[in-house]
Amino acid sequence: MNAENQSLMALSPSPHVKHKNTTQSIMRDVLIALSGAFVWSIVVFGYMAAVLTVLSVALCVFYEFAYQKLMRKPVTVSDLSAAVTGVLIAFNVPVDIAPWVLIFGCFFAIIIVKQLFGGIGKNIVNPAIAARIFMFVCWPSEMSRFFKPDAVTSSTPLASMKSGALPDYPMLDMFLGLIPGCIGEVSSLLLIIGGIYLLVRRVITPQIPIAFILTVAVFYLALSPVGTPLQSLGYGVFGGGLILGAIFMATDYTTSPVTPVGRIIFGVGCGLITVAIRFLGAYPEGVSFAIMIMNLLVYYIDKFTMPRVFGMGKQKNS
Amino acid sequence: MESKKTGKMYTLKDFLLGMKNGIIDQNPTFVQVLGLCPTLATTTSVINAVGMGLATTAVLMFSNLFISLLRKIIPKQVRIAAYIVIISAFVTAVEMLMKAYFPELYESLGVFIALIVVNCIILARAEAFASKNKPLPSLVDGISIGLGFTLALSLLGAVREILGAGSLFGISLFGENFMPAQLFIMPAGAFLTLGFLIASVNGFKMKAAERKLKAEKQIEQGEVALNSQTQTSVGLSGGKISVNSDAGLAENKKIPGNAKAAPSPAGSDVEKKEE
Repeated sequence: MNAENQSLMALSPSPHVKHKNTTQSIMRDVLIALSGAFVWSIVVFGYMAAVLTVLSVALCVFYEFAYQKLMRKPVTVSDLSAAVTGVLIAFNVPVDIAPWVLIFGCFFAIIIVKQLFGGIGKNIVNPAIAARIFMFVCWPSEMSRFFKPDAVTSSTPLASMKSGALPDYPMLDMFLGLIPGCIGEVSSLLLIIGGIYLLVRRVITPQIPIAFILTVAVFYLALSPVGTPLQSLGYGVFGGGLILGAIFMATDYTTSPVTPVGRIIFGVGCGLITVAIRFLGAYPEGVSFAIMIMNLLVYYIDKFTMPRVFGMGKQKNS
Repeated sequence: MESKKTGKMYTLKDFLLGMKNGIIDQNPTFVQVLGLCPTLATTTSVINAVGMGLATTAVLMFSNLFISLLRKIIPKQVRIAAYIVIISAFVTAVEMLMKAYFPELYESLGVFIALIVVNCIILARAEAFASKNKPLPSLVDGISIGLGFTLALSLLGAVREILGAGSLFGISLFGENFMPAQLFIMPAGAFLTLGFLIASVNGFKMKAAERKLKAEKQIEQGEVALNSQTQTSVGLSGGKISVNSDAGLAENKKIPGNAKAAPSPAGSDVEKKEE
């Protein structure tokens, strides 16, 4: 049988409906959504932000390429997922970090978290989150030297809140991103615009980010650790990595639940853990730990919220 | 490898098999994954790891020997209690000796020396081996399992000390400006490192088993291919040549000039490859 005949006669199992979305197009959309925050990071932190981001992307793509070449696997760097991981890793480090830390961070993300577990779609936690936590636990001093945009060492809004002081940044600066923080997390406005772009393009669904952010917001309003409830709400929600994490990292396909109800549970869980770490833990920020812990529970959330098969009646919980 | 119950002399071969059993085949850490508490807790440096490993080896050796000697006297119903008494006697001895001769190591291992009593490797070997075997094989088993444990702990300790503290045996390796990855001397680093060590040990084992299987297959199929040379054109039909892919490979190697036309052996008419 020749090839033409074979393709005519072939019957493949469903689904037969095709969509033009590919991994590459989705990842391209994510990169577009992140570009605003990238430009803003250069404006605020100077050229080093761009250098670190480019370095991080190059490292991630290189590691993926090298591993797949060495293991004689199909090279998938053109699907841009490694590039997205690279951008997210760079967005999660302060601009003053020693660049060599990124060499190990990107290695951990791509080789250990992603490729050793089987490559794209098979990692159990988000590679960028895992890399952030890896770098944070290994070299805490490198990961917590923050600069104010005018290049004065200062503490982040969350760090000041941790020590019980009211951060002295105007609320508008908080929202626009004129505050010390990691490269990509400061401008809540541009990140939210990027998130809306992803929603419009149907790359992400709204359940996770909204459940995540609302849960955190409710706790800040109710408990109001510093100042008035509205003040602590603003500093708490816009002050750290919450917006970046909720929109771009918690929504990673591989490591988030597939059912709508599961996504809400996931988002609320992330919010609760974030609040628990920020309010009770030793660290000022808990978004990355929260996402990683919930990543590990995704299997159980999916199992628990599996929808009933149509026409099969109510199934007994086994 | 249980000792043979034929009443024969304990030979050198038995000794070597027993040693290999504990260090490689049934390595307590990498294969049985027993005794994880001291494994994870004391491997922050190589010296601690070796100290812990050798202390356990000493206890394991003597407890195995004495439990084996007493195996016919100890009533079945109270055997666990009896084992624990024997084990704790030796642990106490080791603890006192360490305190006297290696006070620094004693300090840094702390409570984990006393905890050797409840190390499940020791009880497992008592229950699974020493209580069923003669004293000499039991002693060898204790030594080999203990050395396997020590080896695994030292490996884990070396990786964690190099990465997490930038030193080996307490000697700084990379100079003043090196910033070690603190994760690896934390408990989380112990879990990560142990997981990847077990994965790589399993990986090596699978590779070795695969190679062995392949070599055996090739020898077998080489014989088949040679036989098939004598029975030419049995598998030819309608101009289509079906070649069993594995056998085809073997044949390609054996008969280079005749590769394309090599017919399938009479017995293997499964079509795996169309040409």
